Amino acid sequence: MGAERALQGRSLVNASDLGLEEYESLFALAESIGRDPPAYAEACRGKILATLFYEPSTRTRLSFEAAMLRLGGQVLSVADPGTSSVAKGESLADSIRTVAGYADLIVLRHPKEGAAQLAAHYSPVPVINAGDGAREHPTQTLTDLYTIRTFKGRLRDLTVAVCGDLRYGRTVHSLLRGLRRYPGIRFFLISPEELRIPEPLRDELAADGIPLTEMPEMEAALPQADVLYMTRVQKERFFNEEDYLRLRDFYILTPERLGLLKEDGIVLHPLPRVTEIAYAVDADPRAVYFQQARLGMYVRMALIAAVLGVI
Amino acid sequence: MLRVDPIQEGIVLDHIRAGLGMRVFQELGLGEKGLTVALLMNVPSTKLSRKDMIKITGVPDLDLTKLGLLDPGITVNYIQGGAVARKVKPGLPERVAGLIRCRNPRCITSTEGYVAPEFTLVNPAAKEYRCSFCGERVRV
Ligand SMILES: [Zn+2]
Repeated sequence: MGAERALQGRSLVNASDLGLEEYESLFALAESIGRDPPAYAEACRGKILATLFYEPSTRTRLSFEAAMLRLGGQVLSVADPGTSSVAKGESLADSIRTVAGYADLIVLRHPKEGAAQLAAHYSPVPVINAGDGAREHPTQTLTDLYTIRTFKGRLRDLTVAVCGDLRYGRTVHSLLRGLRRYPGIRFFLISPEELRIPEPLRDELAADGIPLTEMPEMEAALPQADVLYMTRVQKERFFNEEDYLRLRDFYILTPERLGLLKEDGIVLHPLPRVTEIAYAVDADPRAVYFQQARLGMYVRMALIAAVLGVI
Repeated sequence: MLRVDPIQEGIVLDHIRAGLGMRVFQELGLGEKGLTVALLMNVPSTKLSRKDMIKITGVPDLDLTKLGLLDPGITVNYIQGGAVARKVKPGLPERVAGLIRCRNPRCITSTEGYVAPEFTLVNPAAKEYRCSFCGERVRV
């Protein structure tokens, strides 16, 4: 119970701000919340969470708001501060300090890199980063790790295949950085040549001695994968449409390809899905992406409760 | 030639690239501390054909860590009893705030101008610093 006490009053800006023990205590709390949600239905009574989203991300905002409501707290939502009077022409530092006067906790989404760090610096109440540009989205990482832990029972000794846009996908970068802290992790990185992971990240992983295989197709990786993490390959990432059309199909999880996946492997996706996972895959028990969304809410409940010090 | 008396106690910043003396003077805030200071510009030099110099009397409390960034060629001479007691070449500072701007257009400091990012030296050989906000690497 010690580690979650240590989170009280703290902001979460980067996924790496928390140690593995703190992750574990959040996961344990999320697990006990998931087992018996009504037991926590009053935990945040009288507390207010403000969601300040400078760019739309309905899914993330809903997850945080649902988490707070399920803890018995209340939610103040500034859905579009860019056009509302709260922040018209106002500096981020001033908006944050104003909202901090109303709320016990701020969840911030902002298109600029480092925005959450700036907010945390000025805010007298804790700030949770719900995405700052291409940089960080730590509660997505918590969600992904918690999902893996839930279905695989561990976060070590895993072969993780990540497929799709590995170059620009913030979610993927955080996941790789999150997992590299656990022993016995091995990666298969499946992407078109144009969308391979950025060199600094590859160097980082290599420096840790993490076995890593880059490949243009998923077939060879699937029989060994404990986890298959799918992401979207966006058309805008390619120089021309022909390349996109030529490559797109390699990165779609079809029932045939799913047949190659390890018997007890699981399929994750940060959602929303477009075409990269065929609907026919959804019925397979290894497809856990909608459960992943629900687990994300539980882990956000755990984080909110720990940061507010109510548990 | 213009002469400035040698100092007994103090600091001489030597081998400043010609033309940079004023900038160094300002960055160190030498005009605001009530010190007796001489800024010499375009002094003939054997090492550089022309150089700037700054002589500061007394034992001022100055943050000289910026010097390595402004001009790695600067020599800091600490003068005691009229003689050079110690010669120092300031290296690149580990951390700098205010002197470097982040060039990443997606960095929060590009729109919120009231915050100065702090930069941490990540690669001394390449003179590479990392922005504390966005993580962007900047070469100086
Ligand atoms: Zn920056």
